[in-house]
Amino acid sequence: MDLSRRDVMKAQAAAAAAAAANVALPAQAQNINVGDELRLKWDKAPCRFCGTGCGVMVGVKDGRVVATHGDMRAEVNRGLNCVKGYFLSKIMYGADRLTRPLMRMRNGRFDKEGELQPVSWDAAFDTMAAHWKKILREKGPEAIGMFGSGQWTMFEGYAASKLMRAGFRSNNLDPNARHCMASAAVTFIRTFGSDEPMGCYDDFENADAFVLWGSNMAEMHPILWTRITDRRLSREHVRIHTLSTYEHRTTDLSDAGLIFKPGSDLAILNYIANHIIRTGAVNREFVEKHVNFRLANTDIGYGLRPDHTLELRAQHANDAAVSHASDFDAYARLMSEYTLDRAHELSGVPKSQLEALARLYADPKTKVMSLWTMGFNQHVRGVWANHMIYNIHLLTGKISEPGNGPFSLTGQPSACGTAREVGCFAHRLPADMQVANPDHRKLVEEIWKLPSGLLPAKVGYHAVQQDRMLKDGKLNAYWIMCNNNLQTAPNTNNETYPGYRNPANLIVCSDPYPTVTAMAADIVLPTAMWVEKEGAYGNAERRTQFWRQLVDAPGEARSDLWQLMEFSKRFTTDEVWPAEILAASPEYRGKTLFDVIFRNGQVDSFPLSELSPAHNNQEAKHFGFYVQKGIWEEYIRCGAGHGHDYAPFDTYHEARGLRWPFVDGKETRWRYREGHDPYVEKGSGIQFYGNPDKRANLIGAPYEPPAETPDADYDMWLVTGRVLEHWHSGSMTLRVPELYKAFPGAVLFMHPEDAQRRGLHRGQEVRIVSRRGEIRSRVEIRGRNRMPRGVVFVPFFDASQLINKVTLDATDPISKQTDYKKCAVKIVALTTPASAPRPTAPDVRGAPR
Amino acid sequence: MRPRLLITVMVAACLGAGALLAQDAPRLRGPEPFTQEQAAPPMQRAVTNDVRVRRNYPDQPPLIPHAVEGYALDLNANKCMSCHARRFTEQSQAPMISVTHYQDREGNTLGGLAPRRYACMACHVPQTEARPLVENRFIDMDVLTEPERHPGGRSNR
Repeated sequence: MDLSRRDVMKAQAAAAAAAAANVALPAQAQNINVGDELRLKWDKAPCRFCGTGCGVMVGVKDGRVVATHGDMRAEVNRGLNCVKGYFLSKIMYGADRLTRPLMRMRNGRFDKEGELQPVSWDAAFDTMAAHWKKILREKGPEAIGMFGSGQWTMFEGYAASKLMRAGFRSNNLDPNARHCMASAAVTFIRTFGSDEPMGCYDDFENADAFVLWGSNMAEMHPILWTRITDRRLSREHVRIHTLSTYEHRTTDLSDAGLIFKPGSDLAILNYIANHIIRTGAVNREFVEKHVNFRLANTDIGYGLRPDHTLELRAQHANDAAVSHASDFDAYARLMSEYTLDRAHELSGVPKSQLEALARLYADPKTKVMSLWTMGFNQHVRGVWANHMIYNIHLLTGKISEPGNGPFSLTGQPSACGTAREVGCFAHRLPADMQVANPDHRKLVEEIWKLPSGLLPAKVGYHAVQQDRMLKDGKLNAYWIMCNNNLQTAPNTNNETYPGYRNPANLIVCSDPYPTVTAMAADIVLPTAMWVEKEGAYGNAERRTQFWRQLVDAPGEARSDLWQLMEFSKRFTTDEVWPAEILAASPEYRGKTLFDVIFRNGQVDSFPLSELSPAHNNQEAKHFGFYVQKGIWEEYIRCGAGHGHDYAPFDTYHEARGLRWPFVDGKETRWRYREGHDPYVEKGSGIQFYGNPDKRANLIGAPYEPPAETPDADYDMWLVTGRVLEHWHSGSMTLRVPELYKAFPGAVLFMHPEDAQRRGLHRGQEVRIVSRRGEIRSRVEIRGRNRMPRGVVFVPFFDASQLINKVTLDATDPISKQTDYKKCAVKIVALTTPASAPRPTAPDVRGAPR
Repeated sequence: MRPRLLITVMVAACLGAGALLAQDAPRLRGPEPFTQEQAAPPMQRAVTNDVRVRRNYPDQPPLIPHAVEGYALDLNANKCMSCHARRFTEQSQAPMISVTHYQDREGNTLGGLAPRRYACMACHVPQTEARPLVENRFIDMDVLTEPERHPGGRSNR
């Protein structure tokens, strides 16, 4: 395909001669292109990867993406992308893209024990629908489930939520974002009565100090890290303090790297609160006017199966979420236990570093931005940890103003937009509404034009519970969309894979590529991705961003939105809704779920003439109406007037994203602050209006230990996570040769002395063994991460090293988010005799040895 | 428990022949079956040949064709700039940082590397000798523009 050097020389010689003779050569004889040949069609899109939400310009030629670059006009990134973003052009073109539905077949028909073979969409949907109907008949809606995604477009998440809750009447819908930021989402509601940050990315250019709690932003949020390093290197007084369980690229560029023992961040946070109280740095006026004090129930267990010893022993495993009204003095007494000495003992961090950090927060003149993601949220006390950060910002009043504020980062492109705002969690409806609240259900039923009493009130199964229920045979019809759960769920050998292969269950997986999850499913549906469909994402700063369909999906691949809508045609209300509801509202009889959910006079109210003439829209053309616009205009009614206002549909196709609440043509940068947020009443200064009394809840909690701690048998902490070059489970980035070759496989990062003590050298193959399972990896004692003694790190992107066979399925008992950062393992050279003890059933902390 | 898949059927019917390149394809799809233990492939050697690699499109950050192990990139030092800064490129014969790297967030052109561009390896990455796991069928815009000059290009989709 390349021009030979000789051809180039010849063309160049001819061009030079022609130039000398002042004649123009015909185009094909020139060595550069001119005119129309050069023209690319450019459109904007948000990046497909993390929650930063960088703007990307996408260049298309002949129906193919041929170039991408950072969007200069995008506020988030102003022309920059990280290496993953710069290679977006290639993520859709892995040669093993799925282009036809696959189904396990034997002797020409579906058989769970058969082999995956290509089938038609009709054959796949017919098999699915037959199973769904059988399960609904025999076991009811609670045996139907769906595992969705913070990578779904907002339209897709909305369609899934309607189909599951209104169609099948099941709240067993949860997003993979549960594993990612549920602790943050739950604590926002508990503290402020409204999800998502009060501040925004503009804080980066206004803060004097940045404190990163367990976040390696240099690799995981590289573009936001450029905004922090820009600030640090441009202003001499700015400081960065990074807390982590090991050193990495972010600590390299920090003024202080505080390396703490896993789980002890709770003690450090409470020490800071104690320091603020003890030194008189509490902002009394702010606290008196805007804060309620509460104390959390303690000894709340570890979110393991209820018969687990740790759960049986815990005093408040069943009412973990409960807190009690209290006062400042009681809170201060609890905090007084967290002296500098105690924080130092628990965390191992030098006292000088702890004090310097506490002084930063206490100094009223220093504007502090606190940042965190999965290192903090994936924590058996993740909700408490989130509370403790808010507590510090509330005590000092450093919140909701430029440069001052706690800021929860997100890992997925629409963790906020889709999983949280649209409401894809097992307990949520759109716009912060809750399935357990009858008023909220009633309002949503009205907006969705559904019969009264249709929406189910029972909170559904969360992510980890879905896996357990699949294994136990209680959840039998299961659709996995836009995620790779068999690679990313915890303790997969014991708790995830058995449910997928349980003969009672039908497992469907929609994905663009044959992932680990797809290969274990019974039906695999080929999916359109990113700019192969029109979409909307919501990033971590409440910014909603739209994009158009820019190219067509290959073969028979279809978007998740098309799949959900098309599947809904196969059910009638008489088959899935209770007789008494239809008796009370007979006008719904005999209609398909497609009719009542999508052809409801709202979602279908925008004609094809409103489509952009310059772009295709596969879903709209298939269904005969502008699906995305109809969904948007119905959806935004759910949040209008109570702090979740969006702009009309077309506005987003023009703007580089807008931050909600969007009121009177203006976005909101700092919520709850007068002068910035239109919902705050004049003269009040600050109102946390998500709560009825417009005050924030400061909830005190103690330090409690992790679920599993290294001991004599399993003597190392295991921390899992990501690397810059690969995004999550790697299904897109591993197929880009440049990214693959940059970081071709997972390795076991460990301290050189830990390696030496075991007789291990760099590159040696080892077994990483926990009480639940084991994998093999290679020892890395150099490189970008520097581990302290006793802690190892393994990234989870590599499907040949499924580290989640090793991890523990302990969760925060309140948020139900998994703790992937703390379990006990041992590292053994591969040459160890096979007689070494095999991992057994899940064991417990402190169990008899 | 899990039935073996007919990988050959998959490849022929759905994926196109020759799609899977390297033997360690479990890196994409996991072990077969899932519960099987998988040997860890050897670590790959870094590419250190100093040969520039053509970009896939103009705005792609160039790949790093040399070793970067142990490079300091902290608040005191940026090892990359000891060769790629304008003033050192004559002695180092390394490419100068792009002119875009002189611009700050507001679009002002500065007298040196803009602080927002300080973390070089957020965008520029070194390569190893690993063979790609699967072919990538991205098509270079030059091939689309001039199919007749690239007989293997367009028809090769």
